[in-house]
Amino acid sequence: MISLEKRPTPSRAWTYATPFLAVALTVIAGGLMFAALGKDPVAAIRTIFYDALFDPQFAAYSRPQLLVKAGPLILIATGLALGFRAGVWNIGAEGQYIIGALTGAAVGLALYPADTRMIFPLMVIVGALGGWAWAMIPAILKTRFNTNEILVSLLLVYVAENLLASMAVGRLRNPEGGGFPGSRNLSQWDSAANPELIADTGMHWGVVAAFIAVIFAYILLNRHLTGFHIRLAGQAPRAARFAGVEPTRLVVLCLGISGALAGLAGIFEVTGPAGQISIDFNVGYGFTAIIVAFLGRLHPIGIALAGLLMALTYIGGELASFMLGIPAAAIQAFQGMLLFFLLAVDVLTNYRVRLGRREASA
Amino acid sequence: MTAPLLSIQGLTKAYPGVVANDDVSFEIGKGQIHALLGENGAGKSTLVKMIYGLVTPDSGRMEIAGQPHAPATPLQARDAGVAMVFQHFSLFDALDVAENIALGMTDPPPMRDLAARIREVSHAYGLPLDPDRIVGDLSAGERQRVEIVRCLLQDPRLLIMDEPTSVLTPQEVEILFATLRKLAAEGTAILYISHKLEEIRSLCDAATILRLGKVVGRCDPRETSARELAEQMVGSTLSSPARPEHTPGDTLLTVENLSLPPAHAFGTPLRDIQITLARGEVLGIGGVAGNGQDELLAALSGERLSPRGTVTLDGSDLSRAGPEARRKAGLLSAPEERLGHAAAPDMSLTENALLTGHGRKGLTGRGFIDWRGAAGFARDIIAAFDVRTPGEGTAARALSGGNLQKFVIGREVLQGPTVLVVNQPTWGVDAAAAAAIRQALLDLAEAGAGVIVISQDLDELMEISDRFAALNEGRLSAPVPAATLDVKRIGLMLGGAHDMEAAE
Repeated sequence: MISLEKRPTPSRAWTYATPFLAVALTVIAGGLMFAALGKDPVAAIRTIFYDALFDPQFAAYSRPQLLVKAGPLILIATGLALGFRAGVWNIGAEGQYIIGALTGAAVGLALYPADTRMIFPLMVIVGALGGWAWAMIPAILKTRFNTNEILVSLLLVYVAENLLASMAVGRLRNPEGGGFPGSRNLSQWDSAANPELIADTGMHWGVVAAFIAVIFAYILLNRHLTGFHIRLAGQAPRAARFAGVEPTRLVVLCLGISGALAGLAGIFEVTGPAGQISIDFNVGYGFTAIIVAFLGRLHPIGIALAGLLMALTYIGGELASFMLGIPAAAIQAFQGMLLFFLLAVDVLTNYRVRLGRREASA
Repeated sequence: MTAPLLSIQGLTKAYPGVVANDDVSFEIGKGQIHALLGENGAGKSTLVKMIYGLVTPDSGRMEIAGQPHAPATPLQARDAGVAMVFQHFSLFDALDVAENIALGMTDPPPMRDLAARIREVSHAYGLPLDPDRIVGDLSAGERQRVEIVRCLLQDPRLLIMDEPTSVLTPQEVEILFATLRKLAAEGTAILYISHKLEEIRSLCDAATILRLGKVVGRCDPRETSARELAEQMVGSTLSSPARPEHTPGDTLLTVENLSLPPAHAFGTPLRDIQITLARGEVLGIGGVAGNGQDELLAALSGERLSPRGTVTLDGSDLSRAGPEARRKAGLLSAPEERLGHAAAPDMSLTENALLTGHGRKGLTGRGFIDWRGAAGFARDIIAAFDVRTPGEGTAARALSGGNLQKFVIGREVLQGPTVLVVNQPTWGVDAAAAAAIRQALLDLAEAGAGVIVISQDLDELMEISDRFAALNEGRLSAPVPAATLDVKRIGLMLGGAHDMEAAE
């Protein structure tokens, strides 16, 4: 019989090894699934992980998509991870992402057609504030009335989605758009555009912001007292209060940062890759970022890598379903496996597996 | 002696890296009160868990009344007539007494019959219990009665009691002992685990002493001195802490009219607490668990704020100041719960040193952490307090209780507090480490600090306090000089016997 034995100290080696083990297990299990579907598993895995980046025929399109998709995921996940480390569960990044995009775009569109590059920075600031303000709703309700931030932030996503639908066909609709839903195209208006900074790389200001956020979060968590208090509050809430951490302050700080970063991701998206406010410009980055945050171990560097990996499974998956006719549901199952194995092998960090008779602990 | 009720032969149990029990043999006769003595980690718990079916031995055999006894589960042990009262109660606060007792029974009778049985048995043994009361409202002593009555309803042949008196006042202890003697007279064997030597000397007719998993001695505790017993337990001669004569200096800390509502449904309110603490003084605060100790510590550490003017240090009002501001002012504290309150279990000792030490030790600059300095502080604590650990990078949870306690106390002492408040500083700590911690607290007072020691260990308080006060249901008695006290007087200060009556 197999039994688990708690390690006295978490294993450092396994902390680093488990992500790779999880990817390997996903490849094996995913390969079996693709084989069961009657597809060539080797070709499918190769298409997902290799062709998307290096195939001469497709890479020109799909390689830049790596950063385009990874950018907002990393930006949002970095903010969420700070909260998750502190035990503050912001599940509503998708809503903050939408509101950031809406407020930022609204400010820009109000100034249309002014011709100054100052408009883009202004939109970015207002977008961040919009996301921050949306996240303050669960923060204030939690600190004042002790509501559950998981529920409040999640439900506010649906409020934000309806607000988006209303704006896309109402106040923010392009007056010259012939009645079609959706705003003016921001990416084609120089004052508001978030262009590709280096041609054919997918690099735009949102990606730059994501990497800056990763560096800041790393420094905050590892070198700054506030980051130490965030980690302390998550691991041992009573010890945190004993150390003098104000739980209220931490809730406001963590929800604020994650909301602002989600808002930033939103405004960079509608001024760049999405180009305009439309009913469905949001594609669930705010939810996927939760997975990315955990996949990256709530560690900023890990999140950067996890965001890239997640983006790769998206574009590789798309390519595989296009090239090999693999159903989209199978690709989603493949992504689910990745998260499942990652969480499953996590147990090796804190526990040692023993083969033999099970024993009650002392 | 007649044939033994329980006989244990060569019982051995090993865990990875440690042999908890090594070839342990002893016997308990019918109607005998048998003491199992030993320091923390000597293997007492493992041994009784094997008898009670919670742990399976690696080798050796047990017999009850001549029948082989190898319980795989506590249920089988109960069927064989073994009952156990645990040190930590397993009761549900929100249920009443009868419901709690029914939950522990394999085949509970209808509630009305059970309630009648509880009344009958509890009165017969001098432990009166109202089956309809909610457990959350009971005192610690009454909760223990629930556990004992639960065992008595099984008509056990062998009753195991694990450190039963740590939650009782001296008067309640006397009542418990009367009950146990009555049970023994009726033929029940009792295995009594404790490290309180005087109690064992007054109660038990035989003792087995364990050290590092081995039986190191057997004796009749009525004919052995407490000092001899202690030295057998520890395996070396003991030195008492030195307490030089001194006169108290000027007042450092005043607590005036401090009242606080309970923090949660079954918490204790603080009622009109008055404390004055002078330079160089050790104030001992005794009390039975759950009478406001945690609440008092939280009110002094700054985890809970109190109305203006209630907590004053050196002339400045700290009532509205949080933990960090109080530390800066010189009021430091160490809570009872080491893992999760005083220290973060999964964090390294360096991080735990930073936890309270960053301000006074200057380990941060503009909010940025000086990790090298923090590691240095952790190493200083480890060296000064003889903390046994591979290094400052070790997680707090990997340390033994005693070593972590030395670390936690050392962390506060080395910050040079003006006033240090500690709750249960030597709880679950072996005798050598406890002596070191007490000495450190006395040295701190000697150097001019004020020290408040909240503890349930009366011997400890008598040993180190200048003055003694008792907490009872959130009220603090007026302090009296410790030198004038005896156990009986302390018992009355702790609230007497909480309306209990002795077994007839």
